[in-house]
Amino acid sequence: MSARPDPHAAMQARFHAALWSPDTPGGLGPDTACARRFSVYRNNVQHGLCSALSRRFPVIERLVGAEFFVAMARVFAAAHPPENPVLITWGAAFPAFLARFPPVASLPYLPDVARLELARGRAYHAADAPTADPAALMAGDPSDLRLFLAPSVSAYSSRHPAVSIWAANQPGVTTRSLPAGPEFALIARDAAFEVPVLPLDPAQHAILVALLAGAPLGQAAAKTDPTSILALLLQHGLIAAIEGERS
Amino acid sequence: MTKTNHILAASVAAALSMAAGAAQADSHAQEKCYGVSLTGENDCAAGPGTTCAGSSTLDYQGNAWEMVPAGTCATMELPVDGMGHARMGVTQAALDEGNYGPGINRDLPSNLDAAIAATYMPVAM
Repeated sequence: MSARPDPHAAMQARFHAALWSPDTPGGLGPDTACARRFSVYRNNVQHGLCSALSRRFPVIERLVGAEFFVAMARVFAAAHPPENPVLITWGAAFPAFLARFPPVASLPYLPDVARLELARGRAYHAADAPTADPAALMAGDPSDLRLFLAPSVSAYSSRHPAVSIWAANQPGVTTRSLPAGPEFALIARDAAFEVPVLPLDPAQHAILVALLAGAPLGQAAAKTDPTSILALLLQHGLIAAIEGERS
Repeated sequence: MTKTNHILAASVAAALSMAAGAAQADSHAQEKCYGVSLTGENDCAAGPGTTCAGSSTLDYQGNAWEMVPAGTCATMELPVDGMGHARMGVTQAALDEGNYGPGINRDLPSNLDAAIAATYMPVAM
């Protein structure tokens, strides 16, 4: 039972393949005007994708320089072209690509900085959520409370000082000396539609990871005092719902 | 309550008071205001198929919004439209109250589906 080949789909596949090769797609005709026009189209697609990637990863662009970034973005776009028309979902493979791209092997922190920028983009586009009434925190046994955090919240960690590197490369910031060692942060979208990167210490990060995994407060905060991380979540309105133990 | 639970309850109370203090300090509250942004300068919505921020194609586009200081959305001065009607910004809260879709039925791109535009808040005549 072989389906009849769809000539339109075949043409599209040739068009798509030719975007990433120097050849004109087969079936366009021999004429050189076609080839010239197709190369304009190919350049527009590649330029558009490179611009999208640099808007998504501005700190990576700043760290490697605009010229290098464009060349690298073309290699990335050819290897990982968008899989659907919504560009906000594109770029998820960029951190892993950076980890394996030999020309940036001397910058081992680059993939982690890209993961941070990716997390900020995801937070910006995450679904809206209500803000829970903080009074619910005082109801019942606190160790049984379950906190449902806003969909924009993520716990970020890096073996490198990637949070400081990111912060030092924001517009208007003059580079300070960077600390060594791992760094942690909470990334989320706040009520003013800003996406702050809030540095955490390892203990706060561990509580946040446990809360995101659905652990009740008593379990998440078994080893450390949760005051500071709870205050941070409340301040930024990031607790969407609070549930006590069902009795 | 066990001893650990007392400690945890004290932490929760401390966190609540820290957060309340910070919320008072944060006085520059903002809200979503539809129909007031210039072409390409919207904070979000509009679209489709782009990264949405900066994607509006018309000045004062009815389904694009930007964040403005709370309370200033409807009083902001906007130029009259092509028909000589006054334009007004509309807050998200006003749209929610009237059960409208995310926008005002004016200054919309010509390729927007009429069925979608019909869910937006009509312009007061």
